[in-house]
Amino acid sequence: MIWLTLRQFRVQAAAVFGGLAVLGVFLAATGPGLADDYGRGLASCTAQHNCDQFGSRFFSEHWGNYGVLVAIIIALPGLIGVFWGAPLITRELETGTHRLVWNQSITRTRWLAVKLGLVGLSAMVAAGIAVLALSWWADPLDKAGVSEQPRITPLLFGAHGVVPIGYAGLAFVLGVTAGVLTRRTLPAMAITLAVFAAVQVVTPLWIRPHLVPPKSATVTITQQNLSQMTLDNGADVMEVQTSAAPGAWTIENRTVDASGHEAALPPSLMNGACAPAPPEAGHEPPPGPPEKCFTEIARLGFKQKVVYQPADRFWLLQWAETGLFAVLALGLSGLCFYWTRRRLS
Amino acid sequence: MEVPVIEFHLDTGSGVSPYMQLVRQVRHALRLDLLRVGEQLPTVKDVVARLAINPNTVLKAYRELERDGLVAPRPGVGTFVTRTLADESLTAHGPLRTDLERWLAKARLAGLDDESIEALFMTTFRSAREEDIA
Amino acid sequence: MTAVIQARGLGKKYGQRWALSECTLDIPAGRVVGLVGPNGAGKTTLLNLAVGQMQPTAGSIEVLGGRPASGPEQLAKVGYVAQDAPTYAGLSVGEHLRLGARLNPRWDDAVARERIGRLGLEPGHRAGKLSGGQRAQLALTLGIAKRPELLILDEPVAALDPLARREFLQGLMEAVAEHSLSVVLSSHLVSDLERTCDYLIVLVESRVQVAGDVDDLLATHHRLTGPRKDTLPQDQHVVSESHTDRQSTYVVRTDGRIHDPAWTVGQLGLEDLVLAYMTPAPSRPTLEAIR
Repeated sequence: MIWLTLRQFRVQAAAVFGGLAVLGVFLAATGPGLADDYGRGLASCTAQHNCDQFGSRFFSEHWGNYGVLVAIIIALPGLIGVFWGAPLITRELETGTHRLVWNQSITRTRWLAVKLGLVGLSAMVAAGIAVLALSWWADPLDKAGVSEQPRITPLLFGAHGVVPIGYAGLAFVLGVTAGVLTRRTLPAMAITLAVFAAVQVVTPLWIRPHLVPPKSATVTITQQNLSQMTLDNGADVMEVQTSAAPGAWTIENRTVDASGHEAALPPSLMNGACAPAPPEAGHEPPPGPPEKCFTEIARLGFKQKVVYQPADRFWLLQWAETGLFAVLALGLSGLCFYWTRRRLS
Repeated sequence: MEVPVIEFHLDTGSGVSPYMQLVRQVRHALRLDLLRVGEQLPTVKDVVARLAINPNTVLKAYRELERDGLVAPRPGVGTFVTRTLADESLTAHGPLRTDLERWLAKARLAGLDDESIEALFMTTFRSAREEDIA
Repeated sequence: MTAVIQARGLGKKYGQRWALSECTLDIPAGRVVGLVGPNGAGKTTLLNLAVGQMQPTAGSIEVLGGRPASGPEQLAKVGYVAQDAPTYAGLSVGEHLRLGARLNPRWDDAVARERIGRLGLEPGHRAGKLSGGQRAQLALTLGIAKRPELLILDEPVAALDPLARREFLQGLMEAVAEHSLSVVLSSHLVSDLERTCDYLIVLVESRVQVAGDVDDLLATHHRLTGPRKDTLPQDQHVVSESHTDRQSTYVVRTDGRIHDPAWTVGQLGLEDLVLAYMTPAPSRPTLEAIR
């Protein structure tokens, strides 16, 4: 059965692992150069004491490539679910070969177990290889972008650590389940894509923030932690966003007044104390509002209430989410076994 | 191993059961001296592979021939002819033949055509056989 | 004699419709069993239940003493060639044999290779490129080389041209002679079954109409023609009847002899016998089982 599964899986495996090989070549070619650039840049910025700016600039420079690679790792589990998972059973049902193979001296349970196990394992290995390679390549960028785009934030979280392996396993089993229930390849592929995309959207939105109870704090608004200050002309309010701590994932962000109630900063500040300072001759305009803006805000008693997951919770969240997916995948596998044994014919 | 001498064929429209057709073909071959004592009948497997009929049919035919004392099985080898019918050839039944010729002449005088003669013979032959069985 | 298939009140329902109902059978071993009936009568359903491809809705079925598909040993005892002889289009002939060898403990590779060689199938040919007859022969080889005790075939020759059909049946009968197989073979054409089968089951509208040895069936069924008569003695079971003003024609099943001299008694061919059971007869009881 192992031989048969691998023989049937040949083309699909070649497509994905071949693609990963090409990716690997690209990463191997550009990785050392990237690390060198970062090392040299870091050395020079330490001497000049402007490493904050260096970090963000380095990150933005390479975001083009990095973004594409992250997109590939995010998309990989979905592709595996649609192209490895959905057709696994439906192809046999559609061609009628299940009437051939289920009458060899092998039970349906063993048949499904080998197929699910072998191809599922390959899916997780593929995802593991991909995320390992990317993590190695992107190490300098993760260090550089720690304040701007920490790896615990939703954009990068799904392309680091072990979560992609969990996603791959879940997407695969989801595909197989869709196939077992619909018995036809195209509907199964469509359903898998739709459901898995929903999972990828819903997880960082509603599930991940609460996997481990987040921390909340009330912080003063300062130059260092300010991430956004805007004036909304229509509603005539000023909105402020801060990041909670270096490298953290800020989930919620609200301005509160001195008594602790939610309140907005008075819009007059935008034209008053927080108006951008005129640039000094020969220098670049300073980023962000002048220092007196922050003292004025503090004098008025405004603070920022944040709910966040600190950076050191990265691995905890990774394992919690992967564990959740593992449980879901096991549950769906059980459904597949039951349905194949009792309901398919 | 001896190469089988005769080949069977099946006439699906004849109304005669397959096993009976096989028996008759063997007897016919024996009578015409196409099959002689000591020669081997086709194996069950060969007959079945050629005619696509049930092996039990062939076995039944061979068993009946064995009962009639015409063939005998050699275990592991095949079925072989033990007695011939060639001496029971048509020439050996002179008196019967003459009687038949006389009856045919009478039938023609009575005005029967070929078809009627055949019909009369077949119905009488069949009902006489059924009475034998009863 | 041990029964190869034993069914008691077997039934299968799809949604609202009973595809098979109240099926009770005792099929003896060592036979080539023909299952005949019009399309949609329930033949495929019965065979699917026998190989464990689906579960019964009512009643029970036992094959070679065990529940169908209940484990690897049970699966090894029964070979199956499904309708249209499914094969893996992407696998070659040789790879199909490898499939058989890997998945079946009793696989006889010598038998498989000898058959493939004799049929002229190249091991390197992909199954998708074979003709219908060749695919059917490949599927048959897989079923035979598995060395089962019972081989079940669902309309194996329905889609084949006359030569392929004859070659398939020749191969099947040869395997029966060589390996002492029991066979159950379904068809909606009686002519396919007449040559090969010594036990017949007639299935019409989800019910077994008659089941028994072909010799017994032919000996106990008679066609009666004679002057118009509307009832017959109790021991003569009417299978089909038709009347004109003056004449009646009956097909009856009886163990005794027909003594009434008014009847002209004729023998039935197998096809006529099956046709008689396929014509609707409201007064006929549903199952006649003849041992």
